[in-house]
Amino acid sequence: MSVQIEPRMPPVATAEVAAPLEVHDLTVAYHRRPVLWDIDFSVPEGCLIGIVGPNGAGKSTLIKAALGLAPLASGWVKIYGKPYAEQRRLIGYVPQRESVDWDFPTDALDVVLMGRYGSLGWFKRPGRADRELALECLRKVGMADYARRQISQLSGGQQQRVFLARALAQDASLYFMDEPFAGVDAATEKAIIALLNDLKEQRKTVLVVHHDLQTVPEYFDWVIMLNMRQIAVGPTAEVFNNENLQKTYGGRLNIISDVADALAKDVPRRGR
Amino acid sequence: MPDWLADSNTQWVLAGCVLLGISSGVLGSFALLRRRSLMGDALAHAALPGVCAAFLITGTRSLPVFLIGALIAGLLGAGCIQAITRHSRIKEDAALGLVLSVFFGFGIVLLTLIQHSDRGSQAGLDKFIFGQAASLIGTDVQVMAGCAAVVCIASAALFKEFKLLCFDAEFARGIGFSATFLDGLLMLLIVLAVVIGLQAVGVVLMAAMLITPAAAARFWTDRLDAMVWNAGLIGGLSGALGALLSTLAVRMPTGPLIVLAATVMFLISLVFAPRRGLLSKAARLLAIRSQVARENALRALYEYAEAAGAWDVKVSRDELAAVKGQNPVGLAAQIARLEREGLVVTHDGRSSLTPEGLRTAYEVVRNHRLWEMFLMYEGQLGADHVDRDADFIEHHLPRATVAELERLLRVHGLEPELPPSVHPVAA
Amino acid sequence: MIGTSGAWIILTGALVAASCGFLGCFLVLRRLSLLGDAISHAVLPGIVVAFLLTKSTTSLPMFLGAIILGLLTAFIVQSLAQGGVQGDAAIGVTFTALFSLGVVLLSRFAYGKDLDLDCVLYGEIAYTPFDTLLLGGKSLGPRAAWVNGGLLLLNVLVVGLLYKELKICAFDPEMATAVGVNVALMHYLLMGLVSVTTVGAFDSVGAILVVAMLIVPGATAYLLTDRLEHMLGIAMGVGAASSVAGYFVARSLDCSIAGAMATVCGGFFTLAFLFSPSHGVVTRNVAQRRLRRRVAQEDVLLWAGRRLEAGQTAAFDARDLSRGLEWLLPDAAAAARRLTGDGLLAARGEGFSLTERGAAQAQELIRRHRLYESYLDDLGYATDHLHAAADRVEHHVSAEMTAALDVATRFPDRDPQGKPIPRSGS
Repeated sequence: MSVQIEPRMPPVATAEVAAPLEVHDLTVAYHRRPVLWDIDFSVPEGCLIGIVGPNGAGKSTLIKAALGLAPLASGWVKIYGKPYAEQRRLIGYVPQRESVDWDFPTDALDVVLMGRYGSLGWFKRPGRADRELALECLRKVGMADYARRQISQLSGGQQQRVFLARALAQDASLYFMDEPFAGVDAATEKAIIALLNDLKEQRKTVLVVHHDLQTVPEYFDWVIMLNMRQIAVGPTAEVFNNENLQKTYGGRLNIISDVADALAKDVPRRGR
Repeated sequence: MPDWLADSNTQWVLAGCVLLGISSGVLGSFALLRRRSLMGDALAHAALPGVCAAFLITGTRSLPVFLIGALIAGLLGAGCIQAITRHSRIKEDAALGLVLSVFFGFGIVLLTLIQHSDRGSQAGLDKFIFGQAASLIGTDVQVMAGCAAVVCIASAALFKEFKLLCFDAEFARGIGFSATFLDGLLMLLIVLAVVIGLQAVGVVLMAAMLITPAAAARFWTDRLDAMVWNAGLIGGLSGALGALLSTLAVRMPTGPLIVLAATVMFLISLVFAPRRGLLSKAARLLAIRSQVARENALRALYEYAEAAGAWDVKVSRDELAAVKGQNPVGLAAQIARLEREGLVVTHDGRSSLTPEGLRTAYEVVRNHRLWEMFLMYEGQLGADHVDRDADFIEHHLPRATVAELERLLRVHGLEPELPPSVHPVAA
Repeated sequence: MIGTSGAWIILTGALVAASCGFLGCFLVLRRLSLLGDAISHAVLPGIVVAFLLTKSTTSLPMFLGAIILGLLTAFIVQSLAQGGVQGDAAIGVTFTALFSLGVVLLSRFAYGKDLDLDCVLYGEIAYTPFDTLLLGGKSLGPRAAWVNGGLLLLNVLVVGLLYKELKICAFDPEMATAVGVNVALMHYLLMGLVSVTTVGAFDSVGAILVVAMLIVPGATAYLLTDRLEHMLGIAMGVGAASSVAGYFVARSLDCSIAGAMATVCGGFFTLAFLFSPSHGVVTRNVAQRRLRRRVAQEDVLLWAGRRLEAGQTAAFDARDLSRGLEWLLPDAAAAARRLTGDGLLAARGEGFSLTERGAAQAQELIRRHRLYESYLDDLGYATDHLHAAADRVEHHVSAEMTAALDVATRFPDRDPQGKPIPRSGS
C-alpha cells in the first residue's frame, strides 16, 4: 500500500475562526512501519479532549506529529489554520515525566520559568515579569511554597504539578499533555482536573493522552479513540461506547465491555 | 614576586593552563548534565589525526593550523559517532570507544609516518599526546585565549538554551528549540575546548579536564549557574597548580600533573562538600540515627508506663528492652543520655520518666502515632502535600489533615494522654 | 619475505587481537566498552609499581599489579556512582586520575630504565621477537607470543566454563540474580580478565590501542551475526585479520604497527557497517528500495486485476492508475512502464492492459488478499476491518503461507464480503 498522496490544498479559510487543531489524512511511519494511519479530524475550541487507545496505538505520536516532532509520511496538521511552526506561541506542551533527569541542579521556579523560553526566543534572559508569571503559575497549582525547592526533593505528584505550572507559563491557547495523570495520587489528579477545567473556562483547548478508561466520561467533553487508525472522534457521550471501545482495544475484551456497559448505565455523561 | 613566576615564559604557561581549565570546566558542566562526559574523550583522541594531517598538508608547525586540523577531525569524529548510533545497533558507548581508538590509531600511523619521513623532527607533534605546556609561547596563548573567550561567551549567551537542553530536551523541542542544533553547538564548543587543551594537557588526558572539574563542582551547589562558575574556578585552579608543578619537575609532561591536581580537588569536594559531600552525609545519617534511638527510648518508657497505668512506674533496662525487642545495651546508653538531659531518673537500676521527660515523651509518642495514622490512611488523605523537609508531622501537613488524623487516633483508641502536671503544656 | 621475526610478530599480534576481541564481545554487549577502555588505561600505575618493586619486567608481578588495579578501578567506579557521581563521569574521573598517576610515576622513577613510556603506551611489537623465552638454555620463541597465547587460552577456558553464566549476565542481569548467578562475581571476573589481557597486550599494541582491539572486532562481529557463539568467533577472526593486515600495511608504509592494526580494524568495521548482509546500512537501503518497488508493482497488478474482474476490459492509462491508487502521476507512469518491461503489462493503444502472465499474477495476489481476509474473519475480526489489514499484509504472504491459509480456512470459495476467491494457478 503506497502512502504517496497527491498534495491537496487545505480548505480556504472561511470567515469563522479556524479550529484549534485540524488533522487531515495524517500518516506517520517510523522506519517504514506505520504508527498512525489516515488520521482525519478537527476539534472544537474550549474543550477537554481525551486521547485513548492501547499501548503503541500512536497516542504520543499524534501529539508529536502536531508539534512537528515526528516525520509525516503524508497529510498535514494545522493549528488555528496555520502550520505548527508559525503558531508556536499558541501551544503549550506537557511531555511525559520520564523524559527528565530529576537530579538536575535546579529548583521548581526555574523549571516553570523554562516555560517562558519559547516566547523569549534565543539569547534573551527571563526578566521580572517572567518571574512573576512563573510564581503565579506555581500558585495556581498549589506549589508556591516550593518555588525554591530542589526538584529532586519533590514527590511524583509535586513534580507533575511543576510540569503543569510550566505549561501554564507558556500562556497558550492549545495544550497538549502526554499522560499527565500517570503515577500521581488521587488528590493530585483531582487538582489537575480542576486546573484543566479552569483552562476550559478560559476557552482554551486541551488534548490529553489518557490511560484510565473509567474516568474518561467524567473528565473529557470529546474523545479521540486511536488504534493506529482512527476509530472514533467526537463528543464523549456519542462516541465513547461499547462498540467503539471494542474496536479500539481489539477483539473481545470482556472487562472493557463490562466497564463500558456499567458506564452507560450509571455515570451521567457530560452533555456537550 | 618570586623569580620563577616573573619569568615571562612561566607566565604564558600559567595563563594557557588556566584558560584551558576555565573553558573546559564550563563546558564540562553542560557535557556532564547532558550525559555526554566521555564524548570529550572520544573527540580529544579523534583530534590527533587532524593535527598530523594538518602538518602533512601544510608542512608548517603552527598552532592555528594544527587547531584547525584538530577541529575538523573532532567534528568528523562526532559525525561518525552520530552516524553509527543512529544507523546501526551499536550503542553509544561502543561507538565512542570505536571512534576514539580507530581515529587515534590512525593518528599514530600519521605521527610515525611523519617521524620516519625526512622532515626531521616531528615538529613537536608527539607533545600533543600528553601535553607539554612548557612549550607554550605567547602567540599560542593568544589563540587559546581567543578560543576560551568564544567558549565562555557562547556559554553565557546560550545559558538558558543549554540548561533547557540538558534538563528536558523533549520539552525544548516542543517549544521550538532544535535539540539537534543545540547538541551540535555543544559538540562544537567541546571540540573547541579540546583544541585549547591539546598543547597543555594532551589528547589522552583532555577528557579529564572536561569531566573532573565539573564533577567536583556538582558537589558544592544545587544551582546550575553556581555549578558552572565553580567548575570554571576549579578547572582554572587545577590548570594553574599543574602548570606550577610542572615547572618545578623535570622531564614531566604537564598533562598528568594538571589532571592529578584536578583529581585532588575532586576528592576534596567528594568528601568535604557541605550537604552533598560524604562527610556531611555521614554526619546527617549519624544525627538521624541518634535522634531515632533517643526517641525510641522515650517512646518505650512512655508506652510501658501507659500500659502499666501509672505514670511514675519504674522499670529496669532489660525489662524495657524485652517489651519491644530492642537492644538492651543501646537502650541503656540512651537512658543514660536521657538521664543527663534530666528527662529520666534511675534508682537501683530501675528508671522512670521525670515530669519534664513525660512531657517530651508525650510529644514524641503523639507525633509517632499521627504518622502511623497518616500512613494507614494515606490514600484518602493525599500524600501529595507531604513536606519532606519538616521534622514534625504538624509541619508536614495542612491543619485540616492533622485534625482529621487526631480524630482517627481517638477512633482507634490510640490517642496518648498527658496527665495534668506541674508544667502546663503548650497546645 | 617475512622472515622468522616477522612471522613471530604476526603471530603475537594475532594472538593479542584474538584475545582482546574475544573478551571485547562481552564488553560491547554489556555496554561496558568504556569501562574496558578505562581499565586498559588504569592498570598503568599497577605495572609501574610492580616494576619499581621487583626491579624487573617479568610478567608475573606486572600481571598481579594489573589485576589489582583493574579490579580496583571497577570497584572505585561503582563506589563513585553510588556516591552521587554520574556513571560516565565516574569512569572518566577514575581512569584519568590513575593513568596520570602511572605516567607521573613512570616519568619520575623509571625514566631511562627498562620500562619505557613510549613503549608501554604505543607498544613496540617489532621488538618482541628479540625478547625470547629461555627454558633450560633453549630459546622457545618470543616471550610475548607465549604470554599472549597463554592469555588467549585462559580467556577461552574461563569463558567456556562459565559460558552460560556470562551469557545470561550479559543479557539480563536481573534474571541472572534471580536464577542464582552471582552477577557481581561475573562482573569482576570479566574485569579481571580484561586487566590481564590488557597487560599482555601492552608489548604489542601498547596501552592506548588495546582499546581498539577490545572494542572494534566485537562491534564488527555484532553487526554480522545474531548468535553469541558466532559473534565470539567472528570477533577473534576479525581481530586476527586486522593484526595481520595491519602488519603488512605498516611494513610497506613504514609506520606504527599498532596504529596500522587499529586503523585496519576500523576499516573492517566500516565495511561491516555498510555492507553487512543483516545490518548494513547500504544493504538495508537496497533491500528497502527493492521492497518498495515490488509493493508498488503488486499494487498496480491488484488494481488492474480487480478492475478486470469488475468487467472493465478497456485499456487504462497512467492517469487512471494515478487516480485509482492515489499516486502522483509520474510515479504511476513509472510503475506502469516497469511492469511493461517485465512483461506483466502490455501497451495497448494509448494505455496499458494486463498480459496473460500479468493477469495470472494479479489473480494470485487477489487470492492471497481474500484468503487472508477469510482467515481474519474466522478469528473474529470485525468485517469492516478486514480489507485494511489484508491490504497491509498481502505483499508479505508467501506461497507456503497462502497454502496454509487455504487449509486453515477450509478452502473457501468466497471471501467474507462475498467476492470469489480465485483458485490457485487459475
